[in-house]
Amino acid sequence: MRPRNFDDELDDTPAFSEAVTLLRNTSSGLYCDAGDFYIDPWKGVDYAVITHAHSDHARIGSRNYLASEEGRAVLQERLGPESRIESLPYGKSITRNGVTISFHPAGHILGSAQVRVEYRGEIWVASGDYKVEAEPTCTPFEPVRCHTFITESTFGLPIYRWRPQAEIFADVNGWWRANQAAGRTSVLFAYSLGKAQRVLAGIDPSIGPISVHGAVAKLLPHYAAAGVRLPEVQSVETFRAAEGRGLVVGPASIDGTPWLRKFGEISKAFASGWMQLRGARRRQALDRGFVLSDHADWQGLLSAIRATGAERIWVTHGSTGPMVRWLKENGWEAQALVTRFFGEAANGKEEAEEKEP
Amino acid sequence: MRRFTRLFVALDETNRTNEKVAALESYFREANPRDAAWALHFLSGRKLPRTVTSTALRNWAAEAAGLPSWLVEECHDAVGDLAETAALLLPDTPSTIDLPLHELIENRLLPMRDAPETMRKEMLLRTWSELDAKERLVWNKLITGSFRVGVAQTLVVRALASVAGVEQAIMAHRFTGRWQPTADDFNHILNPNPEAGGEVARPYPFFLASPLEGNLEALGPLSDWQAEWKWDGIRAQLIRRQGEVLVWSRGDEMITESFPEIAEAGRAFPDGTVLDGEILAWQGELPEPFSRLQRRLGRKVVSRKMRGDVPVVFLAYDLLEWKGEDWRARTLEERRRQLESALDDALHRPVEIAGKPLTAIGETFDLFELEHFSPIPALPLRLSAVLTPDSWESLLPMQHESRVRGVEGIMFKRRSSPYGVGRQRGDWWKWKIDPFVMDAVLINAQLGHGRRASLYTDYTFAIWHENKLIPVAKAYSGLSDAEILEVDAFVRANTTDKFGPIRAVKPELVFELAFEAVQESTRHKAGIAVRFPRMSRWRHDKKAADADTLENLRALLRVPR
Repeated sequence: MRPRNFDDELDDTPAFSEAVTLLRNTSSGLYCDAGDFYIDPWKGVDYAVITHAHSDHARIGSRNYLASEEGRAVLQERLGPESRIESLPYGKSITRNGVTISFHPAGHILGSAQVRVEYRGEIWVASGDYKVEAEPTCTPFEPVRCHTFITESTFGLPIYRWRPQAEIFADVNGWWRANQAAGRTSVLFAYSLGKAQRVLAGIDPSIGPISVHGAVAKLLPHYAAAGVRLPEVQSVETFRAAEGRGLVVGPASIDGTPWLRKFGEISKAFASGWMQLRGARRRQALDRGFVLSDHADWQGLLSAIRATGAERIWVTHGSTGPMVRWLKENGWEAQALVTRFFGEAANGKEEAEEKEP
Repeated sequence: MRRFTRLFVALDETNRTNEKVAALESYFREANPRDAAWALHFLSGRKLPRTVTSTALRNWAAEAAGLPSWLVEECHDAVGDLAETAALLLPDTPSTIDLPLHELIENRLLPMRDAPETMRKEMLLRTWSELDAKERLVWNKLITGSFRVGVAQTLVVRALASVAGVEQAIMAHRFTGRWQPTADDFNHILNPNPEAGGEVARPYPFFLASPLEGNLEALGPLSDWQAEWKWDGIRAQLIRRQGEVLVWSRGDEMITESFPEIAEAGRAFPDGTVLDGEILAWQGELPEPFSRLQRRLGRKVVSRKMRGDVPVVFLAYDLLEWKGEDWRARTLEERRRQLESALDDALHRPVEIAGKPLTAIGETFDLFELEHFSPIPALPLRLSAVLTPDSWESLLPMQHESRVRGVEGIMFKRRSSPYGVGRQRGDWWKWKIDPFVMDAVLINAQLGHGRRASLYTDYTFAIWHENKLIPVAKAYSGLSDAEILEVDAFVRANTTDKFGPIRAVKPELVFELAFEAVQESTRHKAGIAVRFPRMSRWRHDKKAADADTLENLRALLRVPR
């Protein structure tokens, strides 16, 4: 393994002799020569096609953005009102220098999309982040047939096997009730964009009052506008009157802050795929870890890859090495795609660099 | 197995001491004593030898999960714990059988040890198919001998004491001793009668000193305190009861067999005597380095040659039981007086060996006279001397002598204090000498264990020798959680090579390592070994080129000890 160096203007793309290379890796990110655009660039470019609004995919500084219609509002919220964003409903396409671009649901968070790129009959799909289990806060994942599929593999090891979400939410509800009985406020850490709303949609709101951190709250109107039904949340002041009966949802970055101390005695839990490992949960001194992920698990990744019918797979984020080797051993042409972000570490971060105000 | 798994999950799912104790209590109340005895065996940190090797477990788990074994290895690398990895990979089937824990251990696990490989595999696969994911994790941990649960021994004692309705000190007393995982012994531990439990082997819980950080004057008048050297050996109790002598270590192990001469010497005390002290390798009037003593450990049979090569002594500093009576509540002053007289009597008392009366004092005698072996010196028993400083200031130069004397510093014990339990602050203080330090470069990293599994927390450090970095120490402790995450990210982003679970990294990060001593070593590439290295500081201000040299470190060999 050689050290990664991102400053070199190197083309890391594997050379396939016969194949058309529609996308290649550059120091700014995945680039389409024929169409002159980038997908999820990590530097400012002229034209950026964005899979979803998480900060490791949607970076500020580009002149023009193209996003899915469903994801436009949250992306604007994240990138700021100044950013120029065009949008396109799922399944509709535009053409740029003869290259057809379209978005297809990725099921990761509200508005998340796979990017389909077609040029002279050659079809490539960049998945962005995705999960295959359907849930109420976003349009469910749809497989897209293609020649080359660029898949994420954040949880690309067979140790990651998700239980049905209904079981996880039953556990969350049980934990909340037990805390209520003990007079403790339940604090559930969840990424403020996506996971927090999914949690709100999944828990049983009849148990008690619910409040959220500001980072979550400011995204709720966009969910409402998209027609996602979420339970009512209370302001922190009203909520505190409930004294130990309620549930607070906020990003993990609030752990140990004065804001959290407002709630008196609390029980802390984290909803994340990383909670599958005992070590990850125990390290953070959490009371509970709920294995609830917005990424596909091992079987989910494999089923998604199969459903594309693609022969060539590029693997990015997370456990790229094992996934590439497994795919090669099972008849695929596969290659790791180095990205700037390290999804590899099980540090409880599904999104890199999520900074909360 | 279901009930025990529930206990494991309950202990694993909370960070609250009270909830852990409550979970333990309800388990000990509800569980069948035959099962609870085994549970207690594991909760007390005792293990069963591993029944299945890592390689076999990996291969069989791969087979059962239908995965190539390289992929299981990759998973192991991510999880950090093979038992957990296997539990996560196996098909997610419900539990179909609720085998009592004792049956699982006695009828499956223990017989597996001596079974031929094909049988072992069959039993393992069958058990896997009958358990659910959580039960399988517990089972895998039991068969790999890696069962650990995040609960301190003191909490287990607290729960047991509450269930039995006896004081914690009494329970600690029962708990530390020798018992087997049987229903009888378990019931005995839970005996509500505080008088019960006077078996020969029952040691007392050790009283531990706390590090002294403030200045000496804060301790009050010097006359309130007894000062002694802080010895660097094995803390142990010498138990003489009912015609037997036992040596019990602070590591909760019976080490009688490793030190037969101390056990023999213990016969010089009357029945009903328990001494607290330190076992040391000893030459002339000075202790020898701890590394010498280590050669004596973990041996079932100690050869005469070994006894001659590494002579040891038991250095007594406290008297816990005298004439069958618990003396711990008496003052240190009173205990010390009796200790001195008991030791004096022992050294003057005629000892009977092999039916022949012998006198020990001031002369050498031949224990193995009939076999014509060389004589050994007088009984290996000594008193830990009391230092007699005339002021607090006069202790400073004495403390500076520590290294030359082969001790770790000075102890202060309050003369009026009883012998406590565990690390109770206030009456026993240790004033240790400052450790040595060096600046070394991080070159290799490995995943940690337990709560640090899946993080790179175990590091190898190197220093310069002839313009090359050579490994000199491994260290695991000393960094904050935030620093660990930072180093982990560095390791992942700067890996230059992989050897099995070890990652070589770009030699860039410099840490100050604290350590206690340097010794010559033929087992290490550097030719030296450092004792108890730990990270004392991350030297962000230093570059790899600024790290120490082997020559600097070798110079410390000349510092006594």
